[in-house]
Amino acid sequence: MEKIRDTAGDARLATYRSYAGRYDELIADDGGIRSHWRPLIRGVSEDDARAARRATEFTRRMIIENGVTYNVYADEQGRDRPWILDPLPYLLTAQEWRAIEAGVAQRARLLNAVLSDLYGKQELLSKGALPADIPFGHPNFLWPCHGIRPRDDRWLWIYGVDLARSADGRWWVLADRTQAPSGPGYALENRQIVRRALPELAQSMEVRPLGAFFAALRDELLRGAGEDPLAVVLTPGSFNETYFEHAYLARQLGFPLIEGRDLTVRDETVFLKTLTGLKRVHAVFRRLDDDFCDPVELRVDSALGVPGLLAAIRKGNVVVANALGSGVMESAAWLGFLPALSESLIGERLTLPSVATWWCGERPAFESVIEQLPRLVIKPTFPNQDRAPVFGCDLSAEQRSELIARMRARPHTFVAQEHLAFSQAPVWYTKNSDGFSARALGIRVYAIATPGGYRVMPGGLARFAADDHAEIVSMQQGGGSKDIWVLCDSSEVSEESTAPIARTDPRAAGRHQDLPSTLVENLFWMGRYAERCEDKTRLLRATLGLRRNLPFWAQALEICKQFGAASVFDPEKRFTLSGDIGRLGECAAQVRSSLSAENWRAITVLQREFRRAEAARSDARETLDRLLLSLVSLAGFALDDMTQDDGWRLMLIGRRLERLQFLGDVLARRLAAADTPLRQELEWLLELGDSAITYRTRYRAPPVWDNTIELLVYDEHNPRALAFQWRSINTLLIEVAESLGTRPQDALYEPIEDLIALNENEPSDDPLIVQASRRILSQCLKELNAAAAQVSDQLSSQHFSHVDFDLRAVTA
Amino acid sequence: MTRYAVRHTTVYEYGGDVAHSHHLLHLTPREFEYQRRLSYSLGLDPQPSFLHEDLDAFGNGIARLEYDRSHDRLFVSAEMQVEVLPRESGPLEDSEAWDRVRERLSYRAAPVKHADLDACRFRMRSSHVPLRQAIEDYARECLPSGRPIGAAARALTRQIHRDFDYVPGSTNTRTSITDVLASRRGVCQDFAHLMIGCLRSSGLAARYVSGYIRTSRAGESDALVGGDVSHAWVSVYCPPHGWIDFDPTNDCVVGEDHVTLAWGRDFDDVSPLRGMIVGGGRHKVSVDVGVRRLG
Repeated sequence: MEKIRDTAGDARLATYRSYAGRYDELIADDGGIRSHWRPLIRGVSEDDARAARRATEFTRRMIIENGVTYNVYADEQGRDRPWILDPLPYLLTAQEWRAIEAGVAQRARLLNAVLSDLYGKQELLSKGALPADIPFGHPNFLWPCHGIRPRDDRWLWIYGVDLARSADGRWWVLADRTQAPSGPGYALENRQIVRRALPELAQSMEVRPLGAFFAALRDELLRGAGEDPLAVVLTPGSFNETYFEHAYLARQLGFPLIEGRDLTVRDETVFLKTLTGLKRVHAVFRRLDDDFCDPVELRVDSALGVPGLLAAIRKGNVVVANALGSGVMESAAWLGFLPALSESLIGERLTLPSVATWWCGERPAFESVIEQLPRLVIKPTFPNQDRAPVFGCDLSAEQRSELIARMRARPHTFVAQEHLAFSQAPVWYTKNSDGFSARALGIRVYAIATPGGYRVMPGGLARFAADDHAEIVSMQQGGGSKDIWVLCDSSEVSEESTAPIARTDPRAAGRHQDLPSTLVENLFWMGRYAERCEDKTRLLRATLGLRRNLPFWAQALEICKQFGAASVFDPEKRFTLSGDIGRLGECAAQVRSSLSAENWRAITVLQREFRRAEAARSDARETLDRLLLSLVSLAGFALDDMTQDDGWRLMLIGRRLERLQFLGDVLARRLAAADTPLRQELEWLLELGDSAITYRTRYRAPPVWDNTIELLVYDEHNPRALAFQWRSINTLLIEVAESLGTRPQDALYEPIEDLIALNENEPSDDPLIVQASRRILSQCLKELNAAAAQVSDQLSSQHFSHVDFDLRAVTA
Repeated sequence: MTRYAVRHTTVYEYGGDVAHSHHLLHLTPREFEYQRRLSYSLGLDPQPSFLHEDLDAFGNGIARLEYDRSHDRLFVSAEMQVEVLPRESGPLEDSEAWDRVRERLSYRAAPVKHADLDACRFRMRSSHVPLRQAIEDYARECLPSGRPIGAAARALTRQIHRDFDYVPGSTNTRTSITDVLASRRGVCQDFAHLMIGCLRSSGLAARYVSGYIRTSRAGESDALVGGDVSHAWVSVYCPPHGWIDFDPTNDCVVGEDHVTLAWGRDFDDVSPLRGMIVGGGRHKVSVDVGVRRLG
């Protein structure tokens, strides 16, 4: 049934329908726009449709370019799917927010108290206040954690809660997120984007700023850690669905983003493996599920964890947030027990109710569930049960009795919940419409622990359903998100609103000497792959430019094959340009926390454009020209846009080594060939070495062999010449060695001396001598290449050796 | 009362150098009402850089080891002497009906007795013990309504012994009990997990016991028996007698032939040695257990 309402002549509200049985966030019962929405609707309505689309497009572009993605393991489209953000924020009045805020903080305290009991005396179980089956059957109730007292008895450092509003406008809790709640990073990112899309409104509407939400968490995690404290963000890795957020959080917190293999436990103390050796870690902000955190004591099959972590926690040598075992509170089965627990544990009435929920393991509850099954949703008790929620109303009589039989066999594994019709709010992101449409919506709100108690982020993540009727509000199901604007009371335009959002410079984050070895290794390989892509692009481009009726064409093609660059688009094969572009992206994703936003964006844009051209089989030369332009800009970022620490040095060494080896190898091969090079070949070589213009300006004549060699091998002022590479590599190696207090690698010295000596010979016109000296030069270049490979290996064994290991389980 | 000397030796031969490793050992004989520990020592070669002895959440003795120096071989030898006391749990028929035990362990929003709460820890699924309809069905005949739980567990012990072939090497530590149920063969660990699965699927409490068994019967010569292995059986919560142990591999109620190391929800809680190594390549492990009866 549609309600009649006053759309104030706004055509875009014509597409917005109200559905009976749902609370309407925008339209009041009298048909008018709710007062707190009016400035927003009026504000955006003043723009014409084109401006609105621009704002929407702007948001969309910002999302894609910022690489805000939500990885879904099973996504066949690839690993990165753009996060959908609606530019129209979701609004909450100060009054509504106060109730939510107090309720969320209270609930965080309550759940913390329950965890403290479950991992301690278990009085709630012996008193019968809670059923033992829920914790004891829960995969995240970790017996090895029983008896551990975390610092300040704090289990939850960050807590997330899903809320929705029923038809009468009341808020209900749907689920608690106690493991490693995802989304707070998205919430901050959304705010940045929406503020840019709607700058005037963001200013005029007196929206409560999110503030330095994570600064408080950072300080709290490192409190009492003494001098030189170090904390890390532990991620399962870049394949995880919320990896973007892990990188974002690491940046906000100013902690290095690391994986389990970056850490090692020695003598019940946690250390980070850094370029300069082991560094004591005081706190771990984990994004890894708790049962995966220590393969020695918890799940044996976890290669993601840190062997010995639990022993270090037990000893009190490290703070892990959230505490291991906190995941046990993630079950709908707890909900029905919380009101009574709140009274008995913290002596307060639970102010934010949970949606009515029955755990079927309790006989009377189960009987009443069976009676009202058609109006309930049946869910699994435990997160490891691979079972989707079942809506009682969807079942036939036969299906219903089948379900009841299954429930009766193992009632404790079922939870029944009242079906809540979510409220609806206007959404503006839809492509084919200028107007607003109504979507079901839920919100996720976050609290963090501070010395003064739990502090709730004034905002959060609103999530809306994929289409008009869908009730399932989930990013994985293809819905979208909105920024939440909590509006200030006039009394509240307070000191906090003037404080800007802290936006930590990623490059300032983390102390120089704490560079994790894997990060540096990935930087090194990012450097190599970026250069390798560039080299192959130049090779392909130069070869495509050759005239095919000349004999050199076949030889150039042969070189291309040897370098795995026989075709431009060839995603199937491993050693192709296409494959290298993929690997460049993978390395960059691993070091994302140390790249500037622009640098990262350049890499994602490069990848996307190349993939698009590949899919469309675009013109090869045009694609290569564009790709080269992007790659050259990456080189610019490498020189100008990164903190010049040892990680940067190793990345640059990676680039230089790659360039040295590529050009050295091509030259060595061509020098070994018997035939005298034609002009076409020399031009081709100069193009590979990006030195054609230099040659032309310097010599003002068609290329000859000796000058080409001079320019490509010996000219220290030509940034493409081998001599430039080896000088630069040697300087960087000395700097790294000085910074780390090690001996510089000297493998290149001897072949360089040989090459220089060779250049001092008098030139000769005797064809035999010319031929012989070419062969000697070819040999010297091969030796230089071998030495470069040795440098690369030595760097690996010296700096990345403790990274490159297999962690394996042994049982007997 | 019977006294035993047990030596449990494990040798890892690594295919390459292990740079760093952590191990968790469940090799300490447990002390409880039917067993006393007379002596215990742990021999290690090389010496660990860190050794810490402790109790786990189920009250078992554990040792945590760390090696921070490169090594290509690890030798672990636990030597122990224990005194096993006769079990006086009374006739199995005297125990409570199994369906009443199930009720007793179900949540009733009322205070729970300590022993019952303790039993609840062993009533849910665990990594080696999924709760499945097929498993529950297999046990059905042993569990007619009203049957005393001790008698039911004894019948189940017999049924498993009857239906399954003991075939060393037919399974490994990751074989699921549903596969074991289908193939009808396995080793002691599989039979223990299967029996636990049967009982827990029916709402009862059962725990996994790791230990050793004397392989020579009374009256035979008591020479040290080489080539033996660790053993595993099942402990069932049988009020009012408490926990009674059954050995489905040998179709018997556990008496003075069994030496107890540790108990937990399943093998993962009490595996004698588990660890994570860095490096090492392929490794070879050899285990030798010798159980000798002391005069």
